[in-house]
Amino acid sequence: MYSQKLMEHFLSPKNVGEIPDADGVGGEGNPVCGDVMKVYIKVEDDKIVDAKFQTFGCGAAIAVSSMITEMAKGKTIEEALKISKEAIAEALDGLPPQKMHCSNLGADALKKAIQDYLSKRKTSEDVN
Amino acid sequence: MRAYFDHVATNPLDPRVLEAMLPYFKDEFGNAQSVYDLGLRARDAIELARQRVASLINCKPSEIIFTSSGAEANNFAIRGIALARQNRGKHIMVSRVEHHSILNSARFLERSGFEVTFLPVDNYGMVDPETVKKFITKETTLISIIHASSEVGTIQPLKEIGKIAKEHDIVFHTDAVSSTGNIPVDVQELGVDLLSLAANQFYGPKGAGALYVREGLRIVPLIYGGVQEGGRRAGTENVPAIVGMGVAAELAKEELIERMAHVKGLRDRLVVGLTSHIEDIQYTGHPQERLPGHASFLVEYIEGEAMLLMLAHKGIYAASGSACSSKALKASPVLLSMGIPSHLAQGSVVFTLGKDNTLEEVEYCIEEFPKIVERLREISPFKKGWQQAV
Repeated sequence: MYSQKLMEHFLSPKNVGEIPDADGVGGEGNPVCGDVMKVYIKVEDDKIVDAKFQTFGCGAAIAVSSMITEMAKGKTIEEALKISKEAIAEALDGLPPQKMHCSNLGADALKKAIQDYLSKRKTSEDVN
Repeated sequence: MRAYFDHVATNPLDPRVLEAMLPYFKDEFGNAQSVYDLGLRARDAIELARQRVASLINCKPSEIIFTSSGAEANNFAIRGIALARQNRGKHIMVSRVEHHSILNSARFLERSGFEVTFLPVDNYGMVDPETVKKFITKETTLISIIHASSEVGTIQPLKEIGKIAKEHDIVFHTDAVSSTGNIPVDVQELGVDLLSLAANQFYGPKGAGALYVREGLRIVPLIYGGVQEGGRRAGTENVPAIVGMGVAAELAKEELIERMAHVKGLRDRLVVGLTSHIEDIQYTGHPQERLPGHASFLVEYIEGEAMLLMLAHKGIYAASGSACSSKALKASPVLLSMGIPSHLAQGSVVFTLGKDNTLEEVEYCIEEFPKIVERLREISPFKKGWQQAV
């Protein structure tokens, strides 16, 4: 059902955990539906220098989280916002149709983390 | 190591069963309805199988109708009896913890103008006979209650429900697919009028099921056609599968006590091993009134499909009622109807043991599964508890 690439990211996920002093945090999903993703990002000079995740969910959800944090690292905020659910699925060599919502969830969690960073930055700029 | 702990999905085929089936794939390929010797031998083989299956559940051979599966037997029973008795009334009752083949047959009848009561269950997934009594109306013609749940192992109080059905002249069916061949199943003792069973749940082949229909009970066919199965189930008989089912039934009867003791011993060890090595794990279903080889759990803060994949990676095969592990992406209706909240149902994992499992395999699972749980909890945002919101 799953590609070899997806299984690799599921069995040995990259970037698991929290970033205690994260610049942006985004959560998406609901345990009632079976998937919750939380993405943490660290930003320097408009670039995502670190990304981590915590996920409650199926194999696809965990692999998507691992992949999206990998894809986000090293990208500028503008580039990272453009990561689409299709791009994540493609990077994992495809997702079964009934699991496409997992890549959606991943893309949304990352977007929320970036928005969180942007709103915090705006607040601090306003203060200064 | 490989440890197959998913016997509710299907059992492996017993080599003795395979051996008995092989001639009917090769030289003995005749159609059982043919008048010449090749046909007669096929017919004799079917009748011997019918005797063996009848003997397993203590009924007459003429009361056994072979079907293609347990699901077909369930469809046949629900539709066939509701339609045959619709002049008496159009109300039927099934429990909320039935297999989809019962639930969806009942929903089909509902759309066709029948009234259906979906009976509630307690926290163990058990139907209270008093509840059954409460919902009976003058229109009720059929009650169908699963014998043992494949998801939580709970065995229903069929005898009591059977008595109530009889008092009210209501036909009583049970889906005994997951119990027949695994615990004693006696249609006289249970007081059922119809009973569904499937060969692949007792080391027989897939594609072989049967419906017991008490003598004298009228049932409307599901499949129309020729004279096979007394005109009640048309279609050229699947001779090898039926032969396999017969041999599997005979072996199940002979070895039942021994098999039950074996799987119960392993199951009890597995339950103690896992619950003592894992925190925040619940044993689901009835603690005593349950299938002997059945261990079902809810593991908090993690999801079932992820557990199954990691287990399979270690060679351990199990099942889950979580939303993500189902094609429909919905948490098991059985777990939800037992009052288990959706987020906990996501952590469902079910181990079902069989006659060929060993203590070594169980110990291997006790060693590996807690590590898998720990690994997935490390990844989960809920590792410190559900209250840690997103």
